[in-house]
Amino acid sequence: MSIREVSAASLSQAVYALFLKACVVPCRDVLDALEHARQQESGPAAEVLRQLAENAKIAEETRLPSCQDTGMAIVYLDIGRDVHITGNVTEAVNDGVRRAYRDGYFRKSVLSALDRVNTGDNTPAILHERIVEGDRIHIWAMPKGFGSENMSAVGMLKPSDGVEGVCNFIVECARKAGPNPCPPVVLGVGIGGSFEYAAYLAKRALLREVGSKNRDARLAELETVLRERINALGYGPMGLGGRNYCLAVHIDEYPTHLASLPVAVSFCCHALRHADCEI
Amino acid sequence: MELKLPLTKEEIRSLRAGDVVTLTGTIYTARDAAHKRLCGMIEAGEPLPFSLEGAILYYCGPCPAPEGAVIGSCGPTTSSRMDAYAPILYAHGASGAIGKGRIGTDVKAAMRKFGGVYLLATGGAGALLAKCVKSAEVVAFPELGAEAVRRLEVVDLPLIVGVDTTGEDVYDRARPL
Repeated sequence: MSIREVSAASLSQAVYALFLKACVVPCRDVLDALEHARQQESGPAAEVLRQLAENAKIAEETRLPSCQDTGMAIVYLDIGRDVHITGNVTEAVNDGVRRAYRDGYFRKSVLSALDRVNTGDNTPAILHERIVEGDRIHIWAMPKGFGSENMSAVGMLKPSDGVEGVCNFIVECARKAGPNPCPPVVLGVGIGGSFEYAAYLAKRALLREVGSKNRDARLAELETVLRERINALGYGPMGLGGRNYCLAVHIDEYPTHLASLPVAVSFCCHALRHADCEI
Repeated sequence: MELKLPLTKEEIRSLRAGDVVTLTGTIYTARDAAHKRLCGMIEAGEPLPFSLEGAILYYCGPCPAPEGAVIGSCGPTTSSRMDAYAPILYAHGASGAIGKGRIGTDVKAAMRKFGGVYLLATGGAGALLAKCVKSAEVVAFPELGAEAVRRLEVVDLPLIVGVDTTGEDVYDRARPL
């Protein structure tokens, strides 16, 4: 078996290009969903959706980020086990992030948690690595805004709470969030696993294409039910009242311990941004 | 409705939650760290780096301005994080704030008492809002970077009145379907 060598420099360059691309305009699937929502709204809610459509156009033309919160840099690496990366992986990712946020004129929002001293270059990134089959590296870059991140939650439910308890927890998260996470939102949901793995699954579920159907028929149905229940709260775009608070719910499930029923909800605003590539 | 700054007390009191307005004139960016500092200076009796009298504060931390641009993307941040400070600023002359999301009852009470208006900018419309900014100058706390206080000259900034001086809140109008 041959081992393929990939330099840290090429990894850094890929991360750089992905963030330069991802930070400027929300994903096409989200923009399409927002346009669909606009046709169903009236009054102030329709006005903000009109502004968002115009905003995306301006961002594309001017290369100004559509949202000033260009986020904390979340990076997922699926590393083929037949790849040998020459150099420091973490440093390569941070170097790509550092250069992208500098050259893209993106906001540097990362600081020390307690002292609140800005690191000045939006590093460190949050890095999730997985070893997979093959000799390629798949990279996902997600600049994640924190207005919506602040509304996210993990619940360690009791097994007796069941599906209904899980749904109630998720709807309650949306009810408490109200206008804060910049709706229309996309919700990533992780059910099962452990405390941290449920949150990991929830965040990673945001990478799925908005409008795509869950491969698991039961989860697909749950996603529809949850979206309808959340939209029935009537908060609408920006919380100004209307039918479109939630564009999509994406659920991922994993086995858990017999004593628990973890559920995590990851909020993302309408500026859902990500890009990926393979090297 | 087109609003020109500075607003008179009568103009502020005539605004109603839900009004779609545009704003033209001078506003000041200030978010979490700047609010903490301003209130610390007020408490210590120190002179402020700009006059709060009639000021409209914009809860915003913009992106850096690219070459040749006045400002980077500059949408609003979540207002409730400023709730602890806002009543103090209204008591010291501020006339209003621009942000997104709900504000607390203490803030609404201060707005009623001192005549303040809460305006909503569309969260995530940072590129659109940047187009309305004709000049930007850091006037306080440059070391805070994105959180520094900037004096902005804006033209036709698109906003919605969130909370008016009667305490009416546009978010209370959302009804379950």
